[in-house]
Amino acid sequence: MNTMKKPMILLSLVIFSWGAFAQHDHSKMGHSGMESKKKDKSSVSSSIEVEHSKSVTNIIDNYLALKNALVEDNSKKAASSGKSLYDALSKFNISAQPKSNQKELGEIIDNASENAEHISENSGKIDHQREHFESLSTDLKDLIVLTGSDRTLYQTYCPMYNNSEGGIWLSETTGIKNPFYGSQMLKCGSVQQEIMVK
Amino acid sequence: MKWLKRFGIVLLIVLAGIQFIPSGSNQSSEVPSTDFVKAFNINEDIAQTLSNSCYDCHSNHTNYPWYNRVQPISLLLENHIEKAKEELNFSEFASYSTRKQKIKLKSIISQIEKDEMPLASYTIIHRNARLSKEKKEALIDYLNSIRRSL
Repeated sequence: MNTMKKPMILLSLVIFSWGAFAQHDHSKMGHSGMESKKKDKSSVSSSIEVEHSKSVTNIIDNYLALKNALVEDNSKKAASSGKSLYDALSKFNISAQPKSNQKELGEIIDNASENAEHISENSGKIDHQREHFESLSTDLKDLIVLTGSDRTLYQTYCPMYNNSEGGIWLSETTGIKNPFYGSQMLKCGSVQQEIMVK
Repeated sequence: MKWLKRFGIVLLIVLAGIQFIPSGSNQSSEVPSTDFVKAFNINEDIAQTLSNSCYDCHSNHTNYPWYNRVQPISLLLENHIEKAKEELNFSEFASYSTRKQKIKLKSIISQIEKDEMPLASYTIIHRNARLSKEKKEALIDYLNSIRRSL
């Protein structure tokens, strides 16, 4: 009897978690109606909603410019975008944000600034710039979750980067253009999450 | 030739004069709780490697070479150590935010892998700071396991 019990429990767990997951998805769809239903048909596997905010417009603009420079394998352009991003980050006003988020925002901005600085100082060393870009992308994602965004963004995942540990970046489109590898492997990656604005 | 003699004398005076500038003092005797080796309970071999190859510039405790007592070498070293610590200070590592620890470890590993660190200009004098192939691999593996655990 006992040997039969284990697989049964496992099976019921699987069914239960699948049910919970499906329900989760439904509630998301309900939120934004038809539009997200349409998009669910594409390869986007999940979505989150963030507040509408213009506080990070400049940061996102410069991050995307940096990302696109790396897509083009253009180290020099990446460096200059890194500098502009660094400037935009230093202008971000943490004290205007809710108190409860300030500590984490401080850490995010601090780390993102350091990453942007490294990128700006390492023109000609694109591998090094890309290492920092990966960390920077996580910073940006976490930043946007806390502050909100002024546009829809797509979290894209490349499973090969970083010795196959994987890495994410944020993109303005669902089209895959890989900033970690550029022309070497431009199409590697898939959209993991849609970051929508409420 | 007169000017050359004068120039020589002035140079000597200046060199003698700057010897009175105190030489570097990056020698905190206490190992703080935020120290990488202490906070992460690093095993002895790895700790020794870090101490030999990294800590002179990237911590609050430098084992100075004899020529540190000579100016202007001391001033140059001091400036170099200050910059290195700003980039990475093992003595303060545990006070970094987790996201910062992650990218720092990643950068440490990739620079060791590419033989960018320890600096060639450092290992040429500090022969025991050089990383053998085995030491290098062991260090990278160890640091990677810490990075993944963060």
